[in-house]
Amino acid sequence: MRRLVATLALIAALGAAPAHAVNPDEILDDPALEDRARDISAGLRCMVCQNQSIDDSDAELARDLRVLVRDRLVAGDTNDEVVAYVVDRYGEFVLLRPTFSARNALLWGTPIIMLLLGGTAAFLFGRRHSRSRAGEALTAEERARVAKILDEGERNDG
Amino acid sequence: MIVELGHYALVLGLALSLAQMIVPMIGLRTNNARMLAVAPSLTVATFLVVAVSFAALTWAYVTSDFSVRNVWANSFSDKPLLFKITGVWGNHEGSMLLWILTLALFGALVAFFGGNLPSRLKAAVLSVQGSVTVAFALFILLTSNPFERLSPPPLEGRDLNPILQDIGLAIHPPLLYLGYVGFSICFSFAVAALIEGRIDAAWARWVRPWTLVSWVFLTAGISMGSYWAYYELGWGGWWFWDPVENASFMPWLIGTALLHSALVMEKREAMKVWTILLAILAFSFSLLGTFLVRSGVLTSVHSFATDPQRGLFILMILVFFIGGSLILFALRAGTLRNGGMFHPVSREGALVLNNLFLTTATATVLVGTLYPLLVEAVSGEKISVGAPYFNYTFIPLMIPLLMAVPFGPLLAWKRGNLAAAAERLWLTAAISLVAALAIAWLIYDAPVLSAFAYALAFWLIVGSFADVWQKAGFVKNGWSTGWARLKGLPRASWGTALAHAGLGITTLGIVGVTTLEDETVLRMTPGETTSFAGYDVEFNSLTPGKGPNFTYDKGIFTISRDGRVIGTVEPEKRVYVASRMPTTEAGIQTVGLFSQYYLALGDAVEGSEDIVVRIWWKPWVTLIWYGTVVMVAAGLISLSDRRLRIGAPVAARRRRQEALAAARAEPAE
Repeated sequence: MRRLVATLALIAALGAAPAHAVNPDEILDDPALEDRARDISAGLRCMVCQNQSIDDSDAELARDLRVLVRDRLVAGDTNDEVVAYVVDRYGEFVLLRPTFSARNALLWGTPIIMLLLGGTAAFLFGRRHSRSRAGEALTAEERARVAKILDEGERNDG
Repeated sequence: MIVELGHYALVLGLALSLAQMIVPMIGLRTNNARMLAVAPSLTVATFLVVAVSFAALTWAYVTSDFSVRNVWANSFSDKPLLFKITGVWGNHEGSMLLWILTLALFGALVAFFGGNLPSRLKAAVLSVQGSVTVAFALFILLTSNPFERLSPPPLEGRDLNPILQDIGLAIHPPLLYLGYVGFSICFSFAVAALIEGRIDAAWARWVRPWTLVSWVFLTAGISMGSYWAYYELGWGGWWFWDPVENASFMPWLIGTALLHSALVMEKREAMKVWTILLAILAFSFSLLGTFLVRSGVLTSVHSFATDPQRGLFILMILVFFIGGSLILFALRAGTLRNGGMFHPVSREGALVLNNLFLTTATATVLVGTLYPLLVEAVSGEKISVGAPYFNYTFIPLMIPLLMAVPFGPLLAWKRGNLAAAAERLWLTAAISLVAALAIAWLIYDAPVLSAFAYALAFWLIVGSFADVWQKAGFVKNGWSTGWARLKGLPRASWGTALAHAGLGITTLGIVGVTTLEDETVLRMTPGETTSFAGYDVEFNSLTPGKGPNFTYDKGIFTISRDGRVIGTVEPEKRVYVASRMPTTEAGIQTVGLFSQYYLALGDAVEGSEDIVVRIWWKPWVTLIWYGTVVMVAAGLISLSDRRLRIGAPVAARRRRQEALAAARAEPAE
């Protein structure tokens, strides 16, 4: 047991433990059911590991959960029902993909919010920038011309 | 004695880096040329004494001096010499010493190769670099002294974490550190520019090679780490979205953005403020990564020690440098004037798009990595953010970006023509579509989405060369002229094309292995043969044995196809003597150039000779790393470009002078 704890504590993070994970005796006879079991397992966290699904982990607990998932499937549960069953018992911590909930709004919203904010900022900045330059009439024109000449010189260069 | 010398050298390094920080800064304030001029010598001196300190610790490891606590805790007398040396940085204290050695090295490189930098800018850069060195030297000396002695000295050490005893570890951390810490130079340049309140295209010319060097090392380091995890961890994964991987991936993403925005700044004097911000952010993410890994906030194979005191110290460093530089940025950014205007559809516009998506992706990875901590701090609830989250968010962000990549180099600066660019890409589109359909047809049950993914990968690979193809003008000028023009292209153009193509190759590998991978797990008896993924695997034998500091069970398997032997693999299960820790060594057979047959041993079945064997078929998997090799090569080619050679640290002195002469001859841009 001490060895197990030490192993888990030190190397579980990357799934470093020796790869047994799913063992032959756990595999269901019905391939369709087994496929579903693998799918579900890949999304459930091995609670005593760091960042590892029960499908990849060799920990006792992961094995128990894999068997549990298969038992529920054999009993006729849908995938969602199996996941709900596991979450009821172990909490949301077990889900590797967090739920779409108000609490996780920032998490799921980040990419969209960032794209919108960043895109708007770039657009506004670009417009304001070109307007303020246009206001400077002469100098802006001069600058543009200089830039153009330099640019052409460079293009001929390379 | 040598160990004490090492300790003393480190203290001296702290003193010298303090001088390196303070003296040039006073020189800048008082406009004292002599105080400015002393900066390079101080920087080189700092590097030399830190190198002595590092050498002393290495010596303690090589001679297995177990009276040093750090050596005792991480080494073992029977360990192979290579792993005694790599053990120096296979632990917290030693890796911090490596970190500071790298910091000092980069400072010294700027001092050494920075002959043509304006003296004020150079002094400011070295001073800022010195301040970072001071912070980390203090950190080591106050919280993580690697030279601490034990009394009485133990007879034997506790050995290094077995999974770290691998050639991968010899290379992975130093490469990563060179990348991480390389961004400190960009940071120092950015802060120096803000202090001086002056920034121009020359600044970007100076910073771009450093960014490129850091990016090259970071790319190689991450790729190395990925391959190491793939073959060492024994279940065939190559990227786990582990917090620590994310910690190295975020600086890479920002560094990639910086590489592109610095280009705009150099050519067009636009996006100045943004480029400065990215330079600050790239190093901030490196610091954040160090904090996350070293503080034990996230436990992982990479966090050697979880000590709240250390965490707090690094947090202070983090707050000081990130906070300080951002405040300075907020105060001074307004004074920096932006240059050239551009139309949204232009090279600049494409690079803005690149930056938008890369920074969004970075933010997404950041939020995903820290969200569990955030939720727990706010509500006490524990949630997990695992690979599925990142796959759901990161991949959709990458798709439009990757689609846009071939357009970028085809658009002109200032105002581009999208229709013309699209017209030049029709051949690329046709080729990628045909290739994707061919693959989808060959694998008849491939999902529609995967066909799209293949098309995207080919679009990238082929499209990356559209620009050089165009410039050569084979169709218009005939082959010989085209060829000559091709050879005459600046190396930076080739760098761009190859880097983008490398990205495409990696994408192709990822798509291939994700959609076509197959795996099985079964009990096998010696002598038994099984068929899997079109190959026959014969389990010849299972034999026990003894390595230098471990015992093992080695399975021998012959892989063949239609009676023709492809190769023999020898996966092992090891138990390390000192730590009693078990590890797996996968047996990998590369089939053709790109695909791999991957075997790992599971548990022995009690009461029989049987053993559980897991077999993976990993089609095209090596493309993932070949792609990164191409990217690294592309970076090096770009670095050797005449126009970038000024300030490039790898350039020899002679070539540097040539470049200088060339730069003088060229009209100022």
